[in-house]
Amino acid sequence: MRVMAQMAMVMNLDKCIGCHTCSVTCKQAWTNRTGTEYVWFNNVETRPGLGYPRTYEDQEEWQGGWVRKPNGRLELRAGGRWRKLLTIFSNPKLPSIDDYYEPWTYDYETLTSSPQTDTFPVARPKSLISGKDMNVEWSANWDDDLGGSHEHAARDVMLQGIEDKVRLEFEQTFMFYLPRICEHCLNPSCAASCPSGAIYKREEDGIVLVDQDRCRGWRMCVSGCPYKKVYFNHKTGKAEKCTFCYPRVEVGIPTVCSETCVGRLRYIGLVLYDADKVLEAASIEDEHALYDAQRACFLDPHDPAVQRAAEQAGIPGDWIEAAQRSPVWALINTYEVALPLHPEYRTMPMVWYIPPLSPVVDVVRDTGEDAEDRGNLFAAIDTLRIPVEYLANLFTAGDTAPVDRVLKKLAAMRSYMRDINLGRDPDESIPAAVGMTGEQMYDMFRLLAIAKYAERYVIPAAHAEQAHALEELATDCPVSDYGGGQQDLFGEGSGYPTPVAVENFRMLQDRQTSDSLAAPDDKASRVNLLNWDGKGTPDGLFPPRDDGAGS
Amino acid sequence: MNVFLWVIVPYLCLAVFVVGHVWRYRYDKFGWTTRSSQLYEDRLLRLGSPLFHFGMLGVVGGHVIGLLVPRSWTEAVGIDDHLYHYVAVVGGLVAGVMALVGMAILVYRRRTVGPVFSATTPMDKVMYAFLGAAIVLGMWNTIAGSIFSLGGEYNYREGVSVWYRSFLAFQPDADLMADAPIGFQLHALVAFGLFALWPFTRLVHVFSAPIGYLTRPYIVYRSRDDRPLGSASPRRGWDRVG
Repeated sequence: MRVMAQMAMVMNLDKCIGCHTCSVTCKQAWTNRTGTEYVWFNNVETRPGLGYPRTYEDQEEWQGGWVRKPNGRLELRAGGRWRKLLTIFSNPKLPSIDDYYEPWTYDYETLTSSPQTDTFPVARPKSLISGKDMNVEWSANWDDDLGGSHEHAARDVMLQGIEDKVRLEFEQTFMFYLPRICEHCLNPSCAASCPSGAIYKREEDGIVLVDQDRCRGWRMCVSGCPYKKVYFNHKTGKAEKCTFCYPRVEVGIPTVCSETCVGRLRYIGLVLYDADKVLEAASIEDEHALYDAQRACFLDPHDPAVQRAAEQAGIPGDWIEAAQRSPVWALINTYEVALPLHPEYRTMPMVWYIPPLSPVVDVVRDTGEDAEDRGNLFAAIDTLRIPVEYLANLFTAGDTAPVDRVLKKLAAMRSYMRDINLGRDPDESIPAAVGMTGEQMYDMFRLLAIAKYAERYVIPAAHAEQAHALEELATDCPVSDYGGGQQDLFGEGSGYPTPVAVENFRMLQDRQTSDSLAAPDDKASRVNLLNWDGKGTPDGLFPPRDDGAGS
Repeated sequence: MNVFLWVIVPYLCLAVFVVGHVWRYRYDKFGWTTRSSQLYEDRLLRLGSPLFHFGMLGVVGGHVIGLLVPRSWTEAVGIDDHLYHYVAVVGGLVAGVMALVGMAILVYRRRTVGPVFSATTPMDKVMYAFLGAAIVLGMWNTIAGSIFSLGGEYNYREGVSVWYRSFLAFQPDADLMADAPIGFQLHALVAFGLFALWPFTRLVHVFSAPIGYLTRPYIVYRSRDDRPLGSASPRRGWDRVG
């Protein structure tokens, strides 16, 4: 047993209202730079729909993830090591910018600089790739809320096999939102595809990162990731991906997407797993067994044997304790309501989803029946095969049994809690029907519906005896001074940011060695108010005096 | 003049090549990339890039054999001049034509596809000029010198190659190059110019050829320890003590 800790996420899809706040805040935090205009570390897709990039789930086309060879070994679907090196000069399976969208801006200047004319001046769209005028014909979320679904959603890969049964007419379809980030897989095929070895999985928390100094821009990770969550920065020529907001997680605060989630549908916590079992579990022949196989890799943090092994593996005590309180562990293993996204890619993804019951509830409600009655909901889950099959295609490689089980648990919780909320006697036969006790059901309800911040995000701070570095983060200014000297010589962002501690050190040094009180001109040592001790009148701090006395 | 052209200039270029790479690697690991433009355009690249790169691999291999293996060695294993000549010309032509055609496609693509053109730096253009000139001159030497024998017989294995080995051994014999045909002289000068430019162009990606990929484990694990926590990385000179 080789115990490792993994920072993981669960998203409760029933609560997603598709507001895209997570995408927008993530973009503001991480990818609002040139070269990453089209890069969405977090995106929200309407399902059924094409996803981003278009039809990324069609692995016959894109060749992402792993396949099990007849001899039982795993191989990258796009081919082994030699194949990768032989095709390195022109990646055969790289999505083009058209599969994402051509990013653009508007020529706003025309609006203010236009001479007086009879007609209104127009800000025309300009491509951010070529700089020329362009027609905006496609973008991320072009098919949001089933917009143009006749044309687009019909090409949804997950509808294959059930397409004849699915009606995409507005009144008769079902719809839900799927927020996606990098899966931070236990068996990441992007890392396996990287010729330079620049993509690595962190030993401490399992976050998968791209070492920007070692990435050489071979682009194999983009094709290797079946979720298409590694992006190529076309300005710097390097791969970039979701970082699970590691600078935040290291100090114990949740990712930006979780922090800003309006529906509070995201849960973050630790999962302990046995690294020795991962490859074996990922190589299991039956795709339907992959969900259970992955769960079998996870270790129960309450088990004393696991705790001992974790300690021996160097996992700190407060991390083990955090793993016990982990909402992710509870949703995956205690309540068994969270499912992995596309286990059939065999990457062992670690962002799991609670499938939405709402498509089913909506249908029952539309028929005029009681949409919170257990019997009606159970019957609907059994008869509404299309949403269930669709969800199974997403979360269990097409096996409807686990999806059925989860949906019935959610339906049971709905009717059980209604009785309690209305002051009736709770009907204990309802939780019993899905193999739970009333207490368990109430706890699950608490976690899913009213859990507070500290229960939804159980994130132990990183352990490194680096107190001053933590202080550095606490005092760091988000808009820190990127005075790197020769920056931009070799592209965007080269050079180093100045840590605040260094800035303060310079200021103190300046104060101790200079004759004047404090009025340094240069930016590197200028006064900031945190350091100003009230003596003197530094330049720019006060309005100029008439007598010309500076200090 | 001979000493300047065939001793001073080559060593200067070699020094710039070596020191430049060390400097670039230390200062600019982040900028060390292929700067691929495949995202912008795929169709022409799919044809041109493998042609060019595999052609160039052949060309480089040919140069290694031609320049570094002395004539006496090949004779010792029973390869006579005629056979060697035949293999070298055929192999050189095939590889050279591949590289030349590939490069023509790539340059055409770079010029005509808008996004690719606007992503082209001035350094790229200078580098393309030198690279193109070196390839064309090399082809000329192969075709004119070795096939049609324009300007008389010249066995580069007795001249240029010997000079090159003497150059690498730091005992350069400038006269050998001075006696070489003008085509070889120009080819060598352009090539040394290219070497001097090398560290400052995207050509650095040649030294990142991911051979290690064949033997490393698929999944790389790395510990967080070598970096302070949080987002700000300290400047050089401000590393943690202890």
